[in-house]
Amino acid sequence: MWRHLRRALKSSALQSGRVTAIEARALEREFEGGIRAVDGVDLRVAKGEIYAFLGPNGAGKTTTVRMLTTLLRPTGGEAAVAGHDVVADAGEVRRSIGVALQEAALDPLMTGRELIRLQATLHALPAAEGRARSDELLRRVGLSEAADRRIGTYSGGMRRRLDLASALVHEPEVLFLDEPTTGLDPVSRKAIWEEVVKLNREGTTVFLTTQYLEEADQLADRVGIISAGRLVAEGTPAALKAEVGLPRLEITLAEGSPTDCAHVLSRFGEQLPAKDGALVVELPQGAAGIAPVVRALDEAGVLVESLDLHEPSLDDVFVEQTGRHLEGAEQPAAGGAEPVAPPAAGEPEAAPRT
Amino acid sequence: MSPRSASEPGPAARLLANLRVIGALGRRSVAQTFRRPQLMAPILIFPTILLAIQTAGAGRAVDLPQFPEVNGFLDFMLAGAMIQATLLAGNSGGIALAVDLEIGFADRLFAAPVSRYSIILGRLAGTAALGALTAVWFIVIGLAFGATIEQGVPGVVMMILFVSLSAIAFGGIGAAVALRSGSASVVQGLFPIVFVILFLSNAFFPANLLLEPAKTIAEYNPLTFIVDGVREPVVGSLTPASFAEALGSIALVGAISLGLSALALRRRVRLGG
Repeated sequence: MWRHLRRALKSSALQSGRVTAIEARALEREFEGGIRAVDGVDLRVAKGEIYAFLGPNGAGKTTTVRMLTTLLRPTGGEAAVAGHDVVADAGEVRRSIGVALQEAALDPLMTGRELIRLQATLHALPAAEGRARSDELLRRVGLSEAADRRIGTYSGGMRRRLDLASALVHEPEVLFLDEPTTGLDPVSRKAIWEEVVKLNREGTTVFLTTQYLEEADQLADRVGIISAGRLVAEGTPAALKAEVGLPRLEITLAEGSPTDCAHVLSRFGEQLPAKDGALVVELPQGAAGIAPVVRALDEAGVLVESLDLHEPSLDDVFVEQTGRHLEGAEQPAAGGAEPVAPPAAGEPEAAPRT
Repeated sequence: MSPRSASEPGPAARLLANLRVIGALGRRSVAQTFRRPQLMAPILIFPTILLAIQTAGAGRAVDLPQFPEVNGFLDFMLAGAMIQATLLAGNSGGIALAVDLEIGFADRLFAAPVSRYSIILGRLAGTAALGALTAVWFIVIGLAFGATIEQGVPGVVMMILFVSLSAIAFGGIGAAVALRSGSASVVQGLFPIVFVILFLSNAFFPANLLLEPAKTIAEYNPLTFIVDGVREPVVGSLTPASFAEALGSIALVGAISLGLSALALRRRVRLGG
């Protein structure tokens, strides 16, 4: 609750402050053969924000990151990072950014220390400063003891942490993380998340791509959902989820009249059609609203067998916009565009933004 | 940690930064070769074995009419072994660059605020260092097994210089193919071509004793002039003219290969790999 409030306040402050770290207008990238990987993306990421680019494999996330990090020239539109155009001022962009690319592209024959020192040289840090900075970063990501081992012997989590450390060697204004936790175990994933949050608190703007709903939900101040090269929705995780509907409580009765139960539930929110024998009610307060419902049902003599709270997820937002699920995106949602959480009566369905 | 704002360095600072990057990437390239035996084998082990076999088995070739005046077949063969090792070092450098592209390590380098040409030059600096190493290795082997370097220490310096510069020039071909294809297996496919080019030169046999059309091809093959530049300090006949021919041939091959590398790099940046 407090986390959401804090993020909402931060996001509002950032957006009203209008200090832009990343801006893209009608950004496009078409590959040979006419394949349009990114198709007119508009982005504005405020300084100090954590922005998550969420989408399935092949949606255009990595292509967008590669354009924003000057690794790939756009074929249309324009983009600026840290105030510098990604084509005209590519050198300045590279000086301002840190990049940790997909699958931690590391040389398995180098040691962790060698990699970070090489990165320091690439960013023109004086030799002594580079050495000190390498030691500091290796300590920060918990790799001091493994620093002189070859990277080929590192676990996936260690590689990701090293990759992150190497992206920080020149203290970048904007940090790009391309699927930073893909394939990691939950512990390693959490360690990366904590580090990202810490960096952000220290002032670094973070732009991350992910195909994990939880990652975007947990980390991001704002989320952009991309599908087939287009930004289909954008906003804070809470606002996006609110667009597709309210939390729903499904109640299966053990004993008592469904009519009595429905009468009680009507005090708490809009009733929805029953599902598999369970009564369904919208519960705007989410989990916080369950206890009063249970107490009221108890007072009315209704015995409950089970309660299931279904809160809208970012996947529901994705389904709402594209008709597909985010994870396992190859399978269309049942019926082509089944809304997981139907909009409230009288509330218009959210329209695609692009 | 709080982000520091980036500021553009002056031209001198940029040049120094790029030179440091070339040095650092060159060191990485050499270390990588020593840490990966499959890269080391073609550079030192194969040419050494071939040198031993040819010297032991074809030593009487020196008795052929019109064979150049040499103290022994080993003296003649040293230059060929060095240039063979250099060509293979260039090929291995290309393979290593292609692997960097395949695994995405090159993106890490390309995302840094240094000239992308410096990144390629860093790889070639490593190849040049390996070339110098192979030159020293074969000089030591040669001296240990009875070869003499007629033009003494200046001759040794000339040999190391020519071999190192050749490594950059031929390494450029491997780099160009790596950048154009992005595939280590494609660069590896150059391996047989290296031997065709070697056998169509005077590396292992005097050009004047080859049969046509190999003889004519060898006489115009730039490698022949480069091999002469490396061989003549051993046999004591390096002249300003042959020095210039060797250097000119290296410059020609280098200009073509580095030009192709630059074009391949530009294409890669434009098309995004």
